[in-house]
Amino acid sequence: MTDVTTQPAVPAQPEGNAPPSVLRVANISKEYLLGQGLFGRFGGAKKASLKALDGVDLELRRGEVLALVGESGSGKSTLAKILVGAVKPTGGDVHELGLAEGAGRLERSRRVQMVFQDPYSSLNPRISVGSMLAGLLRLHRVVPPGEVRAESIRLLNRVGLQEDALPAYPSQFSGGQRQRLAIARALAVRPDVLVADEPVSALDVSVQATILELFRSLQDELGLSILFIAHNLAVVQHLSQRVAVMYLGRLVEIADTAEIFSNPRHPYTRALIDSIPRMSADSFTDQFEVEGEPPSPINVPSGCRFHPRCPVAVDRCRTEDPSLSPIGPGHASACLLAAELPVYQGVPALKTALPALKEEQ
Amino acid sequence: MTTTPAPTLAPLKTGRRAVRSRSLRPWYRNGSLMAGIVIVGGLVLVAIFAPLLTSYSPITQNLDQVLQGPSAAHWLGTDQFGRDVFTRLIWSTRVDLRIGFLAVLIPFVVGSVLGGLAGYFGGWLDVVVMRLVDIFFAFPFYVMVIALVFVLGAGETSIYLAIATVSWVSYAKIVRGEVLVAKQQDYVMAARLGGFSHVRVLARHIGPNVLSQAIIYAMSDIVQDIMAIVTLGYLGLGIAPPTAEWGSMIAGGQEFITTQWQQATIPGLAVVVTSLGLSWLGDGLSDLLSPDRRK
Amino acid sequence: MTEAPLLSVRNLSLGVQRKGRPTTLIVDDISFDVAEGERFGIVGESGSGKSLTLRAIANLLPAGVKVLSGSVQYRGQGLQGMPAKSRRRLAGREIAMIFQEPMSALNPVMRVGEQIAESPRRHLGLSKAAAMDLAIDMMRKTGIPDPARRAQAYPHELSGGLRQRIMIAMALSCSPKLLLCDEPTTALDVTVQHQVLRLLEQLCEDTKTALVFVTHDLGVVNQTCRELGVMYAGEIVERGRVKDVFADPRHPYTKGLLDSAPDFDQPDRELVAIPGFPPNLADRPDGCPFQPRCAFAVEHCATARPRLADVLPGREAACFETARIFEGATA
Repeated sequence: MTDVTTQPAVPAQPEGNAPPSVLRVANISKEYLLGQGLFGRFGGAKKASLKALDGVDLELRRGEVLALVGESGSGKSTLAKILVGAVKPTGGDVHELGLAEGAGRLERSRRVQMVFQDPYSSLNPRISVGSMLAGLLRLHRVVPPGEVRAESIRLLNRVGLQEDALPAYPSQFSGGQRQRLAIARALAVRPDVLVADEPVSALDVSVQATILELFRSLQDELGLSILFIAHNLAVVQHLSQRVAVMYLGRLVEIADTAEIFSNPRHPYTRALIDSIPRMSADSFTDQFEVEGEPPSPINVPSGCRFHPRCPVAVDRCRTEDPSLSPIGPGHASACLLAAELPVYQGVPALKTALPALKEEQ
Repeated sequence: MTTTPAPTLAPLKTGRRAVRSRSLRPWYRNGSLMAGIVIVGGLVLVAIFAPLLTSYSPITQNLDQVLQGPSAAHWLGTDQFGRDVFTRLIWSTRVDLRIGFLAVLIPFVVGSVLGGLAGYFGGWLDVVVMRLVDIFFAFPFYVMVIALVFVLGAGETSIYLAIATVSWVSYAKIVRGEVLVAKQQDYVMAARLGGFSHVRVLARHIGPNVLSQAIIYAMSDIVQDIMAIVTLGYLGLGIAPPTAEWGSMIAGGQEFITTQWQQATIPGLAVVVTSLGLSWLGDGLSDLLSPDRRK
Repeated sequence: MTEAPLLSVRNLSLGVQRKGRPTTLIVDDISFDVAEGERFGIVGESGSGKSLTLRAIANLLPAGVKVLSGSVQYRGQGLQGMPAKSRRRLAGREIAMIFQEPMSALNPVMRVGEQIAESPRRHLGLSKAAAMDLAIDMMRKTGIPDPARRAQAYPHELSGGLRQRIMIAMALSCSPKLLLCDEPTTALDVTVQHQVLRLLEQLCEDTKTALVFVTHDLGVVNQTCRELGVMYAGEIVERGRVKDVFADPRHPYTKGLLDSAPDFDQPDRELVAIPGFPPNLADRPDGCPFQPRCAFAVEHCATARPRLADVLPGREAACFETARIFEGATA
């Protein structure tokens, strides 16, 4: 399989039956310079640099939900911003397949849209819902001017809101409703790709469910391709078809959802899975204990980035920097010992059976 | 799909909801704001209708009626040139208010634009503007103003130029700071991602949210400018006589403080009242426009 | 149980009073007990009143929020009316609290070692040196590497996880009997959360400290607590052992909550959202607060207010229809 390796990027379509790509990045790096001299970055001492991303290859396939998972310092938010074009990478290429060469900002923004994490800062408090939608519809000439209002109502209905939302201002809506508005805004331009940066993290549990189902239905009915950034693995498991795990600016593992959760092949992935607080299990699993915290991207460890916290690190790990390599169909891992890790036991599944729920199935 | 589509706006909060808002009361209940509006509004009316409020001329000299005390004919007496003090007081309102407001306009526009662009685009523009700010900020206000007036000569234009040169800096700093914060808001990024141009984003998304702080500052700046004008007038560097102006009235009335004390003190009171009114207006506006009410 | 509980909350009601407006009831007549060494979780969504309940126990209510009625009793003594001095003597030593955002709970201009040492100096009367030794020891116990050196650091020099550990060290420095936790791991990365929760569990085990743990995360409450109170619109709607409640909920809201939360161990279960919106506390309807959203509601649910009542041994639920709705399930 050629789709997720670090080989020099030849944007070939993936082999086999995988759907074609809609978005692909190759060898993406993003470096921030720290320290400002008297004349900004143009003079004076330059201190350390922060490498938020260091050589990431990723592709998003048509119609799939790909989850991007990682903790602080992983670079997932930076990668998301690069994918939508809000941030320029310091190295590497972004291939938006299907886009003409030299396409303008308008065309690019029509293809990829973003939904943000914080429902309270993602909508301009001084612009009404109707104005917001109309502005976008007109700018991109999505529909003729006479149909703008009708289209706005259609968009609202699509996300579960009604016509009476049009004259209202964001402050009149709850968090869950605001996220719906944010999704409606993203859908207004009829994008092919949606990048959702932790869209449900700031919402109450019961509200999350409605937004997750909304994403699911958008995927089914509109054929949207969604890059879903999250830290809640239960949400990820529920919604996505593939999962990519990031650590300190690198992709460390990527596989289909079912595969990655039943057969994780990177110690960090295992640690992430083990740290999920379970609703139905008895106790913590102690399989893969990691100590310490995600280090700052300013001080990247030598060799394998994860080795200082890795419970199975060997000498080699201190010196060799592993690259993401395929280890199975659609499954790649950046661990030197990927093939030798003990078989994943997982949590003793549901020792405590749940009688009430069983009946519903 | 197993979820029922949620009814929209079913407990719709009305526009005033915002629990975090400091003033849930409507604007007309805001004490500072009302006091400010009354006083400043009153002053503006006085300025506009000055000729109707008094029949005397503010500049014609009547040397046979010098230094009279308050009477039915001259409510505040006459000055050393026989001019009715009350008339001059009223007519000064025109001068001082007008200059105060206009003097703020140029720094407001220039400073806000430069600061806004610097904050929004960053990079070398930001560096250049900020170094300029640092340079101009180092000059003490009155020294600069007096020096410039000496160089350019007394008169209205000089005052505008002098004040503009010195005070644009504050607006630049304020607006730049606000823009830096506003830039971080997701909705600004969303607007750019939506395909809107920088101009549109600045005008519709950033502008309204940052200018309120500049406006609030402008209120206090008007007070400062009026003080500057009055001071210049007092020092003889301001509006040339015989135009009535509070500062020159105070200077002129100084000599007669023991006999006709009202000549110097009443204009001084006028300045105080104007400043108070503007400050209250600024406070009231600040409550109204402050970030607490944005959400 | 003949022994008096460590903490006893009885009919506690909290409200917001504003000039010229009727009082808004935020927490309505809640009662629960926490035994010594018990781990009691309070679960709810925004607006449920769970955080304010905790703050009422800690006497840290924000301005404007008042205790309208009811009592909080610690070891049989009412905390509400207690004079400040006695309260400090009691609470400082035996009741401690940790918060969600360590950065706002720690003094930014004081070294962390000193901050931990403050409490033992005050409440245990230790000397400066002895208190610092204790502080360093606490830091070691909370898994902070190189504690002697770290004690000299300022809070902003430490990462989120370390700051949270500092807060735990501070809270446990005087070996309190009751630890109040207000979403202490919500702001942490998931692997760090795991470590911090295990740490809490272990330390409280060692010192037999009772825990009142407020969270919105059902997984966290399952792993950390034994007993659970589910809050909705300022009321406790269900109470019981966590495992039992999760396996067999007896209140429609609890069931709705469980059904809408993605469970990692049941990936194929469809999420079922709770329709409608949380109630506007200023405009409480008569009857059961959950009734407008309840699929099982009948007529009298809208007119009468259900109170917590025993439905099973060790389980209470505030629902008129609980028998009809749930007993049909367990055949």
